[in-house]
Amino acid sequence: MVEFLIYIAAMLVGLAFLLALYRFFKGPSAADRVAAFDVLTIITITVIVLVALVEGRAIYLDVALIYALLSFLGVIVVARYLERGL
Amino acid sequence: MNTVLGLLGGLFLIAGAAFLLFGGLGLVRMPDVFNRIQAGTKATTLGTLFSLAGAACLQPEWTLKLMLIGLFILFTNPISSQVLARAAHRSHAEKSALTAVDRLEDDQGA
Amino acid sequence: MSLLLTAMTLVLCIAMIVAAFVAILGKSLPIAILAAGLVSLVASVLFVILASPDVAMTEAAIGSGLSTFLFFFVLGRVRGGERDGEDEPGSEHG
Repeated sequence: MVEFLIYIAAMLVGLAFLLALYRFFKGPSAADRVAAFDVLTIITITVIVLVALVEGRAIYLDVALIYALLSFLGVIVVARYLERGL
Repeated sequence: MNTVLGLLGGLFLIAGAAFLLFGGLGLVRMPDVFNRIQAGTKATTLGTLFSLAGAACLQPEWTLKLMLIGLFILFTNPISSQVLARAAHRSHAEKSALTAVDRLEDDQGA
Repeated sequence: MSLLLTAMTLVLCIAMIVAAFVAILGKSLPIAILAAGLVSLVASVLFVILASPDVAMTEAAIGSGLSTFLFFFVLGRVRGGERDGEDEPGSEHG
């Protein structure tokens, strides 16, 4: 039962990943692509938590922890690049 | 594993994944950059927190690490959203035709 | 449960290949750098699925974090410099 629920959750997360990927490849401006990249990073955290649940190993959560720490660093650098005119 | 807790965790996981899906949908459907940033960041923050809560229900001994991840997301996600929206506004990103009021531009123009 | 991981790997591999093509063939330089960061992001998740979390941690910190940071920092510094294709002496040694 719980495995079935995890399957459904993984399907929904995969669909969200594909939608954000569509915006990343299509997005007309650079800010759209950066927003899509941020969303993809956040979705990745959930994907890693799902993999950790499936495999049952707590050490995988450290990767998600690093993404939670580092996700805003890249966005801030790109935003500073965009602010000085593009 | 406790059955009730497992069921609750699965439902939390599905709720979180649904919010992530809504975030992705808003990212595709919204008309301009600011609406996309808004939809993408808010919905995915809530979805990730729900997913972490579900994982904590399924594996109760991971709760501390999952709470740490949630805390970091809660701190860093609004910062990146705000910085990105400010950069988009300063680089004169095009606004939707439905935009009624832009207080920041009014303040800077005055 | 391995069906789930197989499907996840398939989707991630397709995303990684498309992002790599965008990084190589794209016209705009910042978008190419972002696509390279996306390749690194997906590679990190694939390392987790392949059961090597230490490699995934290194890839996340260096490939997706530090490398993107460094590329954008340098791109902000050299903006307004010479373009590709102009015959500047020594431009290919950069």
